[in-house]
Amino acid sequence: MNRLLQKKYLAAPYAVWMTGFTIIPLLMIVYYGLTDKSGAFTLDNVLAIGTAEHVKALVLALGLSFISTVLCLLIAYPLAMILRNRNIGQGSFMVFVFILPMWMNFLLRTLAWQTLLEKNGVINGILSFLHLPNIAIINTPAAIILGMVYNFLPFMVLPLYNVLAKIDNNVLYAARDLGADGLQTFIHVIFPLSIPGVISGITMVFIPALTTFVISNLLGGSKILLIGNVIEQEFTKGSNWNLGSGLSLVLMIFIFISMGLLAKYDKNGEGSTF
Amino acid sequence: MGQPLIDLRNITKTFDGQIVLDDLSLAVKENTFVTLLGPSGCGKTTTLRIIGGFESPDKGQVIFDGQDITKLPPNRRQLNTVFQKYALFPHMNIAENIAFGLKIKGKSKSYIDDKIKYALKLVNLDGFENRSVDSLSGGQQQRIAIARAIVNEPRLLLLDEPLGALDLKLRQDMQYELIRLKNELGITFIYVTHDQEEALTMSDTIVVMNQGYIQQMGTPEQIYNEPENAFVADFIGESNIVGGLMLHDELVEIFGAKFACVDKGFGVRQPVDVVIRPEDIDLVEPEAGTLVGTVTHLIFKGVHYEMEVTTPDGFEWLVHSTDMFPVGKKVGIHVDPFDIQIMNKPASEDEEAVGVNE
Repeated sequence: MNRLLQKKYLAAPYAVWMTGFTIIPLLMIVYYGLTDKSGAFTLDNVLAIGTAEHVKALVLALGLSFISTVLCLLIAYPLAMILRNRNIGQGSFMVFVFILPMWMNFLLRTLAWQTLLEKNGVINGILSFLHLPNIAIINTPAAIILGMVYNFLPFMVLPLYNVLAKIDNNVLYAARDLGADGLQTFIHVIFPLSIPGVISGITMVFIPALTTFVISNLLGGSKILLIGNVIEQEFTKGSNWNLGSGLSLVLMIFIFISMGLLAKYDKNGEGSTF
Repeated sequence: MGQPLIDLRNITKTFDGQIVLDDLSLAVKENTFVTLLGPSGCGKTTTLRIIGGFESPDKGQVIFDGQDITKLPPNRRQLNTVFQKYALFPHMNIAENIAFGLKIKGKSKSYIDDKIKYALKLVNLDGFENRSVDSLSGGQQQRIAIARAIVNEPRLLLLDEPLGALDLKLRQDMQYELIRLKNELGITFIYVTHDQEEALTMSDTIVVMNQGYIQQMGTPEQIYNEPENAFVADFIGESNIVGGLMLHDELVEIFGAKFACVDKGFGVRQPVDVVIRPEDIDLVEPEAGTLVGTVTHLIFKGVHYEMEVTTPDGFEWLVHSTDMFPVGKKVGIHVDPFDIQIMNKPASEDEEAVGVNE
């Protein structure tokens, strides 16, 4: 049995999968990105990122994703600490409750926020009923951030909870025993030990946030374009696969840069994908 | 001798309605090596955690050097703990681990560097400053845990089964190391273990605990030679514990045979428990023995033979001897008067922690 599992051919299905669904599509994107409609080599599609419209979309996407990631971290860390300090059973039940919304379709959940936030939506209905001023955040960057934080928060909570739950209580007792108060124990022991979780949390929130076009479509209206929307439109409405691919390559470069920056803080390589 | 360094007064602690410590009082003098010894669940670790500040007692006080520290958090107590599984900081190298307490206290860099050097020398790990925790063996990690504690110059060092995870040879080496450290540093040690041999080797005072009570407190010799009850006798070393009848001072009847002993003051015709250590039983020719039995078991243990001698009443006597008697041979049992230890029968069933053969 063991000998059988060691056989190399057992890896073959995965190799086929990776070739067919990762490597070939990636090569196609590279091909389209570096050619024009006639198939001749060009850098125009990549350099098109320099146009004012595209720079604006990229900067806005980077900014909103960054803010959403920071918010997720600020919300998720205390929550993960609370979950860690629960008894084992209770903690995992709360984690379960927390990821329960993920069992519903991502689009549906985002659409639900649209209904909630609309000018004549549910939230404003309740506010009017209570004679409180209405909110007008639908079709603003704030609504996009809300959507990103709501959708991606579990991806921050889970890695943080995992890494915090693994910290041996005796190590924390040792810190207290050696004279550290609660805050010093957090700064010198808990936080440094949680860095792999912080890094994978950031990775798992920042990257999907940077490339999303669904959240911005539904909650940002048609006026706010993120780089994800621009790329999507080139593939759908614009039918310019070459330009869409070129911009995708640029976005990939930005993702590589941000992961490289993160990897510097993760000495053991436990959290990042590098 | 002045006031004790640590004084536990009437400590009671329950977990989920289960009484772990019941009105426990214990005073420890400065510069002694005290061992809390008992089976798991006897309350020894809880006692240590209460002293360290990681548990608070339901009732009672913890007095340190005359001051009530019952409510003081661990970081403000002048003592340090060496934890069972070392509990080194995995994200720091050895020097950073040792420096942790001193950095928190804001000591200067040169002071800290000197202390690290000194502490590593003390635990025989010079030059390990830049090693990672992962690269050290269990024994080395435990020494670093000790070094990390003693650089803070605590007046009291708490050790929670620190050698439990080490193999036998290493454990014996570390026992001598700890005795040496204690003598060099003049720190008071409170040491928790379930290993009676470890306790006998290292301690000035042994506190035998069971079910939240202190069963007996005394020097290793007192605990071994004069156990006060059947639990202590059974837990410390191997022993034969039998029911006997104290006929009068210095004479006890066991299974109908009269044994001379040295104990007095138990009254006349009083039922008692009798402890006889296996190495104190002399096997002689049947006609010379006080009791006669048959060898039913024989194992070679290296230093001695371990034999079981069954007497007609069915009791199996455990005997250690350098002389070998083969299985099936009839032998006489002889015990010198001062090798017989008489104990009162337990007053209540609670106290009776081990069964005694009548």
